[in-house]
Amino acid sequence: MAALPDKHETVTLDTFLRGLWQENPVFVMLLGMCPTLAVTNSAINALAMGLASTFVLVMSNSLVSMMRNFIPKQVRIATYIIIIATFVTMVDYAIQAISLDLYNALGAFIQLIVVNCMILGRAEAYASKQRLGATIINGLGIGAGFTFALLCLGVVREVLGAGTLFGFVLFGENFQPWVIMILPPGGFFVLGAWLLIFNWFRDRREQAERDLAEVQNER
Amino acid sequence: MSTTDTQSVTQPTPAFNMLRTLGLVATISGLLVVLSYRITLPMIEHNKQMAIERALFKVIPGAISRKNFEIVNNKIQPSGDKPQGIALYAGYDANGQLKGVALEAAAAGYQDVIRILYGYDPYCQCIRGIEVLKMAETPGIGDKINKDRNFVKNFEALEARPHASGKGLQNAIVPVKHGSKTEPWQIDAISGATISSTAVARMLNDASQQYVPIIINNLSVLENQE
Repeated sequence: MAALPDKHETVTLDTFLRGLWQENPVFVMLLGMCPTLAVTNSAINALAMGLASTFVLVMSNSLVSMMRNFIPKQVRIATYIIIIATFVTMVDYAIQAISLDLYNALGAFIQLIVVNCMILGRAEAYASKQRLGATIINGLGIGAGFTFALLCLGVVREVLGAGTLFGFVLFGENFQPWVIMILPPGGFFVLGAWLLIFNWFRDRREQAERDLAEVQNER
Repeated sequence: MSTTDTQSVTQPTPAFNMLRTLGLVATISGLLVVLSYRITLPMIEHNKQMAIERALFKVIPGAISRKNFEIVNNKIQPSGDKPQGIALYAGYDANGQLKGVALEAAAAGYQDVIRILYGYDPYCQCIRGIEVLKMAETPGIGDKINKDRNFVKNFEALEARPHASGKGLQNAIVPVKHGSKTEPWQIDAISGATISSTAVARMLNDASQQYVPIIINNLSVLENQE
């Protein structure tokens, strides 16, 4: 994991991409496990949860970044929580206005975005030290990484557990859904499998880099 | 603002600064929350109305319009602005003919309370359909009460005939083991989801025992609305 810069970061493509891969909140930092396991029983729930969290992350961190020289450190956590709770409430109303079915499916987990440690962690570790531009780009990257991870889980669980994808039936009448996959244990199984795949990829890449360095040293 | 990012750690922060920040943030928060509430309120109300109507026209086959009534002291009356009793929706076809009424029923399921809307046809004296409004049953098991074809078939014409004495039902609605349904007032349970099936049977029985005689006795109020 790249060390967080103490100085202002210059916005590069990496500011965004880091959230998707190197610092992926779910697969690398293992943050926000509660919504990751709970609402990924279908792809649409995962997507909605990812987008809602991204909105809250970007908006609240922008506000934190804009006010960063104005927030005394003694009251910073209280201030962050108020800011995050504000945007969560707005998302809550917005989802009710868009679709009540979706709202019922996501249940209490929309309100629980307030205590998603991914968002509070970003506010504390990044937004409170960085300029607005970098914060927005980094927040979008982290949000995209979170949405991507949730979709990875949601797609697998919905296809295996219900035989559908975004509500469309994939298999014929004779498909016997693997119900355990959309129940809570399925969440753990699928998350474990994805973590395995991601770590394997990372190991392989690091090994390749080491090999390359060795070859260059020998020359 | 961005160049003076050297907040001194040793200097104590004046209490006023903390109050000012928290006060300002809380004010911004209040404005944003109230604003989004006011903007989304009509849309959310509209969605709730649509959800009721969609469920209503599903449980009363043939209905295209509705009127709201309520049951107060065993009498049915058109509902006013303030709800006084149990809500009851009447569905009519294009000619203004009463096609059925719909009521809400609820009972404890496997996880949480299951709430349904059921349609009652006073002419065949049977339940014509149910629609789950809210449930938290286990996905793939208990939540089949909404989808399982054999289970939903129970409610094409589930008998709920009022007793001759004018109180309760002639035959109570009871759940039976999957595949052993012989009478029109029995509900063929989903095998593997007995608790959820039984909950549906219980709530339909409780609600029908209480309200079916009232509906039959007050049929003229409902019919003479158009």
